[in-house]
Amino acid sequence: MSARDEMITVSNVDKFYGNFQALSEVSLSVSQGERVVICGPSGSGKSTLIRCMNGLEFHSSGSIIVDGISVEEGSKQLKTLRQEVGMVFQQFNLFPHLTILENLTIGPIQVRKIAKAEAERLARQYLERVHIPEQADKYPAQLSGGQQQRVAIARSLCMETRIMLFDEPTSALDPEMINEVLDVMVELADTGITMVCVTHEMGFARKVADTMVFMEAGRIVEVAEPEKFFTNPESERCKLFLGQILEH
Amino acid sequence: MLNSLKRFHWLDYVILALLIVATVTIVARIEGALNYDWRWEKIPNYIFRYKESEDRWVANLLMQGLVSTVRISIYAGFLALILGVILGVARCSTNLTVRMLARTYLEFLRNVPPVVVIFIFFFFLSEQLIVALNMESWARGIARQEDNAIWTFLFGDMRRFPSLISGVIVLALFESAFVGEIVRAGIQSIGVGQREAARSIGMSQLQEMRFIILPQALRKVLPPLANQFISLVKDSSLVSLISVQELTFKTVELVASTRLIFEAWLVAAAFYFVICFGLSLLFRRLEKR
Repeated sequence: MSARDEMITVSNVDKFYGNFQALSEVSLSVSQGERVVICGPSGSGKSTLIRCMNGLEFHSSGSIIVDGISVEEGSKQLKTLRQEVGMVFQQFNLFPHLTILENLTIGPIQVRKIAKAEAERLARQYLERVHIPEQADKYPAQLSGGQQQRVAIARSLCMETRIMLFDEPTSALDPEMINEVLDVMVELADTGITMVCVTHEMGFARKVADTMVFMEAGRIVEVAEPEKFFTNPESERCKLFLGQILEH
Repeated sequence: MLNSLKRFHWLDYVILALLIVATVTIVARIEGALNYDWRWEKIPNYIFRYKESEDRWVANLLMQGLVSTVRISIYAGFLALILGVILGVARCSTNLTVRMLARTYLEFLRNVPPVVVIFIFFFFLSEQLIVALNMESWARGIARQEDNAIWTFLFGDMRRFPSLISGVIVLALFESAFVGEIVRAGIQSIGVGQREAARSIGMSQLQEMRFIILPQALRKVLPPLANQFISLVKDSSLVSLISVQELTFKTVELVASTRLIFEAWLVAAAFYFVICFGLSLLFRRLEKR
């Protein structure tokens, strides 16, 4: 695709925690509507990379440009950026003191300054989309893990973001709840939203990904289309990794 | 096992017997050696007295003091909560100067005796404030008005208003440091995930604090805050030192003029006990719900 369609451009990014280098010379570009799945062994920097994309953490050198906004610590545009980029966490991070509906409307009302009635209409619409409209008045603790994660997805959608980041969204779930979340994510992928997803769910990756990214030790080792990635990866390390997680 | 904890053991009887003997001895000494003349019958009159000119019962020294203590505690409690929340948030601020100021305030209060703190606050802050705001003449103006029932209900005798207010301010400043520490602990107990979630939907730091962190933090620290309020009621006796006319001050007055030393102080103690123990029972019940 052409350069003007680029939503996320990561170029030559390094990230240090003290002396530990979490990311080294990472470059990646994601175009509008593209679905990117990042995988790799734990500690390879996958989460760090996507957390740098919405300024939850900041890279040490290089540049990250998201939807035309440069991600930098202390930048005045960070707030604007975060309204464009939704994030779904491994641990859901719903607000436990608010009902499901309030969890969904607090962003639109306080940040986007939308009227309460309109925000609630929007929230119910997205709850419908994640298949739990009947849970609107409950509190997060009353929901199962899978339901909570779907609420978290709906919460991000309520901000009408153009980009969604997923940080291992199914890793904290019981096995029987993983599919209900993945189903919602597959449906979401069909809407044309730009998605960057860190996950080990290879079935999901095969189904929705336009691009597969394999990371190890803070570096991007391989970027390929799913077809090629799963059948004939170039690097040995990637072959080994896929062998390990696809075996059983 | 649990049952045996509720039943008296022979050792318990021994301890109780010793306590009773000790109490009787002390009382006998007061009666005999000190030649103390108990005059309990005088006390009710200093709680309520019959005002013949108006043909009704009115509060006397001890009851006036009690009402004043309750007023001061409630107002100082609210003020301390507001200041304490600000202080607690400041302690967690990302701005170093703000954090340092809050820390200095706290360390000052922690490492200087309460009585000294109260005198310092009184002379350096409270009195200056009252003079600066011209509160004295304003309060006297209201005291002279005919229709000042609401003011009197809220603040008692309006001529004493400046004194009451300085008591409230001093006490609130003093307690705010401890409230601030409780609030800080609450804020820090909220997981980083909550902050990240708030930030990722585009909230500013202020919004994050106001809508996400503080509501959860305050709910968590409600029990220690309730305890702190009970401490505040007890600490309110300290403001008698700056002539605020609350229960302790009134008791001192009563003792000075009548020599009912033991009776008056025991009644004052009973008043404080009833309020504080009552509050702690109330909070315990609320906590269970």
